[in-house]
Amino acid sequence: MTATGNPLINTGVFAVFVAVTLLAVYRLSNRNASTSDYYAAGGRFTGAQNGMALSGDYLSAASFLGIAGAIAVRGYDGFLYSIGFLVGWLVNLLLIAELLRNTGRFTMGDVLSFRMRQRPVRAAAATSTLVISLFYMLAQMAGAGGLIALLLGVHGRAGQSLVIAVVGLVMIFYVLVGGMRGTTWVQIIKATMLLLCVALLTVFLLGKFGFSISSLLANAADNNAIGRRVIEPGAAYGTTSMTKLDFVSLSLALILGTAGLPHVLMRFYTVPNAAQARRSVVWATSIMCGFYLATLIIGYGASAVVGSESIRSAPGGENSAAPLLALEVGGTVLLGIVAAVAFATILAVVAGLTLTASASFAHDVYANIVRRGCTDPASEVRVARQTALVVGLLAVCGGILFNGQNVAFLVALAFAFAASANLSTLLYSLFWRRFNTYGTLCGIYGGLVSCLVLVIFSPVVSGTPTSIFRTVDFNWFPLNNPGLVSIPLSFLFGFLGTVLTPDDNSRGKQAEMEVRALTGIGS
Amino acid sequence: MTTTLQPSFGNLDRRPVAPPPQIDFVTIQRSDEFVMLRRRLRRFVFPMSALFFGWYLCYVLLAAYAHDLMSHRLTGEITVGLAMGVLQFGSTILIMVGYLRYARVRIDPLVAAIRGRIGAPEQ
Repeated sequence: MTATGNPLINTGVFAVFVAVTLLAVYRLSNRNASTSDYYAAGGRFTGAQNGMALSGDYLSAASFLGIAGAIAVRGYDGFLYSIGFLVGWLVNLLLIAELLRNTGRFTMGDVLSFRMRQRPVRAAAATSTLVISLFYMLAQMAGAGGLIALLLGVHGRAGQSLVIAVVGLVMIFYVLVGGMRGTTWVQIIKATMLLLCVALLTVFLLGKFGFSISSLLANAADNNAIGRRVIEPGAAYGTTSMTKLDFVSLSLALILGTAGLPHVLMRFYTVPNAAQARRSVVWATSIMCGFYLATLIIGYGASAVVGSESIRSAPGGENSAAPLLALEVGGTVLLGIVAAVAFATILAVVAGLTLTASASFAHDVYANIVRRGCTDPASEVRVARQTALVVGLLAVCGGILFNGQNVAFLVALAFAFAASANLSTLLYSLFWRRFNTYGTLCGIYGGLVSCLVLVIFSPVVSGTPTSIFRTVDFNWFPLNNPGLVSIPLSFLFGFLGTVLTPDDNSRGKQAEMEVRALTGIGS
Repeated sequence: MTTTLQPSFGNLDRRPVAPPPQIDFVTIQRSDEFVMLRRRLRRFVFPMSALFFGWYLCYVLLAAYAHDLMSHRLTGEITVGLAMGVLQFGSTILIMVGYLRYARVRIDPLVAAIRGRIGAPEQ
């Protein structure tokens, strides 16, 4: 099977999206932006707007194409991604969002370093932000190649690289010119398109199967290579006791990673106060609840209407489930829309990540570590823009370099990093009075390093036919996802690092942080 | 005092950690109202977090290790596993609504009272 649908229509719809968003970004941009404008859009978005933007940031190509494809081909096990991604938002709602909004201003480092020694803690927070953002970004960009082959009919390596570069340049423009406000509007427009598209497909599928989920599932089973196991757990992860454990590890990373993703955390600063931050999470969670239920219908629908074998053999593999389904039910026009939404998704998510990485570098590293807090906003924003340019170009190069690699694990890995390095330290910092500088450093670096080491010595990197290095074998850690080990380790490191070193909290700072977190006084 | 607490939108940056010096955070932290606020918040969010985390873990472990139970057909092609998955969605919404109500009744008025006492503007 070669290109699907009409590449002209696909490109056309995407071009309209790019044109509309570029215009919006250009009109909304504020050229004399202060740091508050550039990083947090001046904190002037409403909860509803930010909730939409949060869903836009969070619902990556992996969420839309990846989950629909996983359910279509491997059945029930794919559904657990949806549940983990959704339930993880409760951590944000109950424990993180409001307190973070009240305590910090622009970055995660603001909160972690609030009552600790500024420079080492900010360096650690920036390191983990950059590592997580880059992993997440590579996963998004690397998936673009298959999508280009499927949707635009571009199969040559050079042609795909060119498309990736163009997409990357548009993304860099959003970030440089639009800052947080422009990027937020891109997310809102993208989320609206994505939701409309998903709603359309879902309603159609439900109608086609007479609004009977049971008949949809029966048809999905009939057209799937694994037959009736499609509605039973274990088709993807059930073969050995190790794969089952891997599945538990992945689930843990998904639910605990959400609240540690730096680009999600940064969005809470774009609203004026904690009440609006709470409202943002409620909007985002409600939207995603509908979205992930719809992916269940779309995934099984793709299996029923397209069939798992045609999905597997299409360019892009599992990722092609939703586009192929769109072609079946709505012809080339609907496919064009789904294709454009998929591209827009990659574009918008990478833009959000680039902005986060550049903010962390400029605010934590440049302004507070290098210049020790004595810098003017103009030069801080200038550094942020320069960093965004560098990060954006890195994303393009990474996308071209890793094009076609098996990188689906990278998103799950980014979640494992986020859960290991950020969640433990954020929770301790917000809720544990005794927590100190050494504990923060042990938690962040301990989590990052244990994650990295476990991944390097896992089957992902060496020793199996799907590894990055197939010919050598140095894996001794049996799980693909390190979360099951590295998340508890980071909590342990943070705890031990604190209790084994003297309490360095100043009474006033600790009181200020707690009062500010809970009431917003002084923020 | 009220004016120093206004967010400095669009203006020059203030240092992220510089507090307005007039506010005595230690006294606020020791006040009965604040102690009660902290207790009320923790009394809700900690058990709730434990609840949804435990329920999610229970579900994941069942999906990983209890294939027979999860594959049991309830009606037609609907399995126990699918029903439990959809229940996870339901419980997420329920906990969210529960928190919204609890916060509105038990948390927000206390925050407003503490803010009002030191003259901070309403949120």
